[in-house]
Amino acid sequence: MKQFEQRKFTIGILIILVGILLLSRLFYIQVIEDKYKVSAENNSQRIITNYPARGLIYDRNGKLLVSNQATYDLMVIPRRVKNIDIKDFCKILDIDTLTFNKKLKKCKRYSQYRPSIFMPQINYETYAILQEKMHKFQGFFVQTRTLRKYQYNSAAHVLGYIAEVNNREIKKNSYYTMGDYIGKSGVEYTYEKYLRGVKGRTINLVDVHNRIKGKYKNGAYDIHPVIGSNIKLTIDIDLQMYAEKLMQNKRGSVVAIEPSTGEILAKVSAPSYDPNLFVGNLRNKYYRIYRKDKNKPLFDRAMMATYPPGSIFKLPQALIALEEGVINENTEFPCHGGYQVGNFRLKCHVHSSPLDLKHSIQQSCNAYYCYTFRRILEQEKYKRPREAYKVWRQYIKSFGFDSKLGVDIPYERSGFIPNVKYWDKKYRTQRWKALNIISLSIGQGDILITPLQMANMGASIANRGYYKTPHIVKEISNNTIDSSYVNLHKVNISKEYFKPVIEGMEMAVNKPKGTGRLAYTKDIDICGKTGTVQNPHGADHSVFLAFAPKDNPKIALIIYVENGVWGSRYAAPIAGLLIEKYLKGNISKSKKGLEKRMVEADLITEKE
Amino acid sequence: MQRKAINIFKNLDYISILLYLALVFMGWLNIYAAVYNDEYNSIIDISQKYGKQLMWIFITFGFIAAILLIDSKVYSLGSYFIYGLMMLVLVSVLFLGKEVNGARSWFQLGFIKFQPAEFAKFATCLAMAKFMSRFNFKMMTFKNLILLGIICFTPAALIILQNDTGSALVYTSFVLVFYRQGLPGIILGLMFIAVAIFILTLITSSLITLSIILLGGVLGYYIVNKNKKECFFSIIFISIIFSLTKLCFYLFDIDKSDYKILLYSALFFLPFALIYSFKKRIKYALISIVIISGAIGFNSSVHYIFENVLEKHQSQRIKIMLGIESDPYGKGYNVNQSKIAIGSGGLTGKGFLKGTQTKYDFVPEQSTDFIFCTIGEEWGFGGSFVVISIFLTLILRLIFLAERQRSRFSRIYGYGVASIFIFHLAINIGMTIGLAPVIGIPLPFFSYGGSSLLSFSILLFIFIKLDSNRLELFG
Repeated sequence: MKQFEQRKFTIGILIILVGILLLSRLFYIQVIEDKYKVSAENNSQRIITNYPARGLIYDRNGKLLVSNQATYDLMVIPRRVKNIDIKDFCKILDIDTLTFNKKLKKCKRYSQYRPSIFMPQINYETYAILQEKMHKFQGFFVQTRTLRKYQYNSAAHVLGYIAEVNNREIKKNSYYTMGDYIGKSGVEYTYEKYLRGVKGRTINLVDVHNRIKGKYKNGAYDIHPVIGSNIKLTIDIDLQMYAEKLMQNKRGSVVAIEPSTGEILAKVSAPSYDPNLFVGNLRNKYYRIYRKDKNKPLFDRAMMATYPPGSIFKLPQALIALEEGVINENTEFPCHGGYQVGNFRLKCHVHSSPLDLKHSIQQSCNAYYCYTFRRILEQEKYKRPREAYKVWRQYIKSFGFDSKLGVDIPYERSGFIPNVKYWDKKYRTQRWKALNIISLSIGQGDILITPLQMANMGASIANRGYYKTPHIVKEISNNTIDSSYVNLHKVNISKEYFKPVIEGMEMAVNKPKGTGRLAYTKDIDICGKTGTVQNPHGADHSVFLAFAPKDNPKIALIIYVENGVWGSRYAAPIAGLLIEKYLKGNISKSKKGLEKRMVEADLITEKE
Repeated sequence: MQRKAINIFKNLDYISILLYLALVFMGWLNIYAAVYNDEYNSIIDISQKYGKQLMWIFITFGFIAAILLIDSKVYSLGSYFIYGLMMLVLVSVLFLGKEVNGARSWFQLGFIKFQPAEFAKFATCLAMAKFMSRFNFKMMTFKNLILLGIICFTPAALIILQNDTGSALVYTSFVLVFYRQGLPGIILGLMFIAVAIFILTLITSSLITLSIILLGGVLGYYIVNKNKKECFFSIIFISIIFSLTKLCFYLFDIDKSDYKILLYSALFFLPFALIYSFKKRIKYALISIVIISGAIGFNSSVHYIFENVLEKHQSQRIKIMLGIESDPYGKGYNVNQSKIAIGSGGLTGKGFLKGTQTKYDFVPEQSTDFIFCTIGEEWGFGGSFVVISIFLTLILRLIFLAERQRSRFSRIYGYGVASIFIFHLAINIGMTIGLAPVIGIPLPFFSYGGSSLLSFSILLFIFIKLDSNRLELFG
């Protein structure tokens, strides 16, 4: 190894070179270069963040929904706190000396020299008094911030709320720093980038007494704040509030869509909460209260709850059967209180027999759809029900089921339409029969759909074969909305087959024996379909899918009332009232009694 | 036993120990200065950083005493065991560790936090020394290189998994040890060339760098073979191909950058050069052409590596270091403030406890990774000079001590210690003055933190212990 001994010199020289490099650089920075001495002796820099106003939110008719209000955070730089009259100070803030010391200690632990929040969101009166005496309280100052103000106690789930960023969000996006506000849910979350604007920054030179001596490099590194963009929602706030009123003291949801555009007119998840209770300091308190509520007011049922759809599922079933050619509009099936094969029996209510397609929709016959679904699955050309089911599932998926629609509100669920593997596993064979999954024919069994998806199905039928992705934002000032909301999504059903189905829906509301008679509204041609969803945990759910008017529809909506028993009992009348409200602006006298009954119905406390 | 105990104190290298104590003392003074507060010291919590650090200094002294008392054979014989144990700890911290600032690299034992990555350094150093001191060890065999790689990269990889890339880079410093033990100098040279190409490509452009590589190749050829004609011809050859290609592309309206054209020309030229030099039996022909091709390839992939292999914050730090991007209030905030703090110290500094920049919390992490700011601001260039000189003296002393060892194990370990110290010194101070990217590694004995102080002390004193027993023949 002696051969490499000389290398110790190379290594030694290398080490000395590193030292020389560091020292010469230090000599340059410390002795030669003057640049760094400008801010030396007394001058230091202070960065002031200028928060822009957050964008305002309007409804589709230009009514202001969300605005900003100023709040005042009392800040402290602990090191500068000097000779203050603690008693006087505490009196103004209405705290005791012990609290004062505790708070100051907490701020000190964060930093002696950097401002930290001594007391967040003091009210305006306190601010006014403090401001007058501020010169006496050295080390303290007030920072103005803006919080949200909600003009209506409504649409909480749509609007969402803002709150201080957490560590995870800061790590994810370097724009944010501690203490910034960020949209946490709803539109505030999805359109955060537009609403927040761009925060500004001023860098001042300050001396040791924190007196501003001018701008750092004449403001070369300053950033001007950019005000957040305003947003116009597709929501009609009057309709939204009316829907919330009708849904009060009930669990469930309402989603109304303008079929031609996919714009969401109203989206209710009941019970809801007051968005003004989620502003600033109040949020922590109420969040905790609401989270414990067993009716889950924080849970957005309209998009996150998934239910079996019930009888409204007969509509796509009929359309698929027509498209596949296994029935035509004149096909009749018998029904004597139900559908029976051997020992298997699926009950139906009492009605005349046999029925054709339109009447089967009007009177919501279960047996009709058992026959129809079997015909779809047992077609010769597909050999096995398993293969036919695959085809059927493709049709169903084209309605937007089993996947997220892509709405611009966060936390949407995709629902569930089983694939063949699911059934293979459940029945432990690939040779399962149509009869095994017959409950799907009437929208029961192992399928899950969100109210939003149901409403979207309503829009697809109203449009006779297509839908546009439902969305909540109509316009963003100085920006355009996502182009995907303009695209057409075709449903795999030919236009002609919608005619008999829609006529059946019309009859359900407008003709005697129709299950949706309670939705009937004078002068408006409403098409609807009731649904009663079996609920193993309690009373059945009441469902109604409707659109109106029949020609050139302006609104399609789903009403889902948990434990509402019959589709006709709550969901249908509520749908009728909402359509009337939206199309006519007010409720006709003859319906006032019904309206009162719906508003007063209490399905939450009754149960307890 | 008693005789040995007397020997211990007799043979200790007091020069190193004095230098060490000087550094520890200055280190503590600086932490005191960095967090000291002249006004409100009465109501400050008792658990101040300088108090904690003092406690750690005493704990460290206890460990040092223990290290000196343990028989030095233990370090040699137990090195693999210690290494294995530390690797286990590194693995377990991945699962059981406490997450701080996005890095899961801390263990919390009661009120004490410690960072296993710090202690992996001496364990790896021991294992490496043990492996390389095997009888008849040859550096340049394939098997040995692989095994050495495994010894050094295992801790580095585990530390990268903890999201602490900076601490993992320390192991690259062992290349100095390998060099001392027989790694060909050309590899060290190639590493320098690679770094130079990397930096050159980023601050100038691929085209300029490629031209410099080609001219450098020709120049190198001239130095070795002293043949003006051939060099001249090569340059003409490439220039002609370059011009012709450019003309063709222009005529056929093909849009290619000059860099691409020069690259094609060079690639066209290389096979001719290869054939020519084989025919003429020119010295080092193949190896030089391989090196030049490698350099060209590396040059063309620099941007790719920079954009895709490195993480965004890493590439940004490098950009800021090279002055390509200036962002004094974003990613470059630390370095800019730290330069202001150090620069404002001037020749003689503002005086102990008189620094304003570091006092007012302008420099983040000022008591840990950016502790050198306090030295620079309060003690000026004079203080910086003294601190760096003491470090350099200690490191050179370590090399001197290493060279006087009879046991190869001790010598290699000593080199390992010196390499780790010089790496930390260069990178830590380098990053505070904008010479190195900010990778967040501590300055030995100065940065606040018990783990770092204790681990550097253990690292050093194991060697001092080994050195004190150098006259005993073993290993």
